[in-house]
Amino acid sequence: MLASLSLILLCQLTGEAVVRGLGLPLPGPVLGLLLLLTLLLARDRFALLAHGPLGKDGVESASKGLLAHLSLLFVPAGVGVVQELDLLASHGIAIVLVLALSVVVTLLATVLTFRLVSRLLKQQDFR
Amino acid sequence: MKDNPFSLWVYLSQSPLLWLTVTLLVYAATDAVSLATRRHPFANPVLHAMWIIGAFLLATHTSYTTYFAGAQFVHFLLGPATVALAVPLYENRKRVVSSIVPMLVALIAGSVAAVVSVVLLAELAGLPRDVVLSLAPKSVTAGVAMGIAESLHADPSLAAVAVILTGIMGAIIVTPLMNRTGITDYRARGFAAGLAAHGIGTARAFQVDEIAGVFSGIAMSLNALVTSFLVPLVVTLLVR
Repeated sequence: MLASLSLILLCQLTGEAVVRGLGLPLPGPVLGLLLLLTLLLARDRFALLAHGPLGKDGVESASKGLLAHLSLLFVPAGVGVVQELDLLASHGIAIVLVLALSVVVTLLATVLTFRLVSRLLKQQDFR
Repeated sequence: MKDNPFSLWVYLSQSPLLWLTVTLLVYAATDAVSLATRRHPFANPVLHAMWIIGAFLLATHTSYTTYFAGAQFVHFLLGPATVALAVPLYENRKRVVSSIVPMLVALIAGSVAAVVSVVLLAELAGLPRDVVLSLAPKSVTAGVAMGIAESLHADPSLAAVAVILTGIMGAIIVTPLMNRTGITDYRARGFAAGLAAHGIGTARAFQVDEIAGVFSGIAMSLNALVTSFLVPLVVTLLVR
């Protein structure tokens, strides 16, 4: 457990360092995600790596534990919004309406494009 | 202590322990309600935990700084949890690899729709220029959105508020909206949730279906990258 958590933190730390160092426009943890994914894939290739946290159910079960309550992790930031509601004072209703409409447009545009392309690809398979 | 219960409160309210406990307890309660309603969209545990704790802080005249001294231990785990998304991604890699083309096309369509729609709607609503700029990156995680807002000389705090509001509204709306469209492909539904509503959408997607969660996490990560390039471009084209 301890080794698995250390590995996760190490991936994040490396991600943050690289993102900062190279000025990349993506969050450090996302690079950390890619790093951990690479390690997991490399483990399947090279048996040598399959020890410690990368061994049987080490980092895997630790990660699932972290993800089990993903919603909880957004609560502190959410409470911050409740405290800053006065920022919305002057244009509050307009801002909330704009954001609500935009999120609907975004969801529909994404899901419909995904389905359309995936259906077009399947049709090619049939021919 | 015994003769003055108020001094006990003063002591506890300044310690991280109290606010960490409050955060966990309130979330445990809202999550139990969410489970009892079989994850009904309006029983969103983040939404209800945030206003209950917010009201509690207001009632006890506690500053956000004091609250955050305790809540930071939870907040800190966001980074490691993002890294941990590698595991479900790894376990479902075959489905992900076979969906790469629809994902990339939907990523472009969705990112453009997110930024263009919010900028156009905000201009239509007659919002001032700096507000429009602060709302533009609202579909990506707070850290990235604040960075984008800063680079545009907009208001990073307003950008963060817009991000959280978008996440909550997206997480509530996504299930009924998708049911209405009749789309049952959880890859597509999850991808849309993560693209439109970042981590809060991803948390919602994991509640509904694991495949949806995996695709949501991918969309969230990729959208952070695309949006950083897209917002400056759209803003120069569309904002007067």
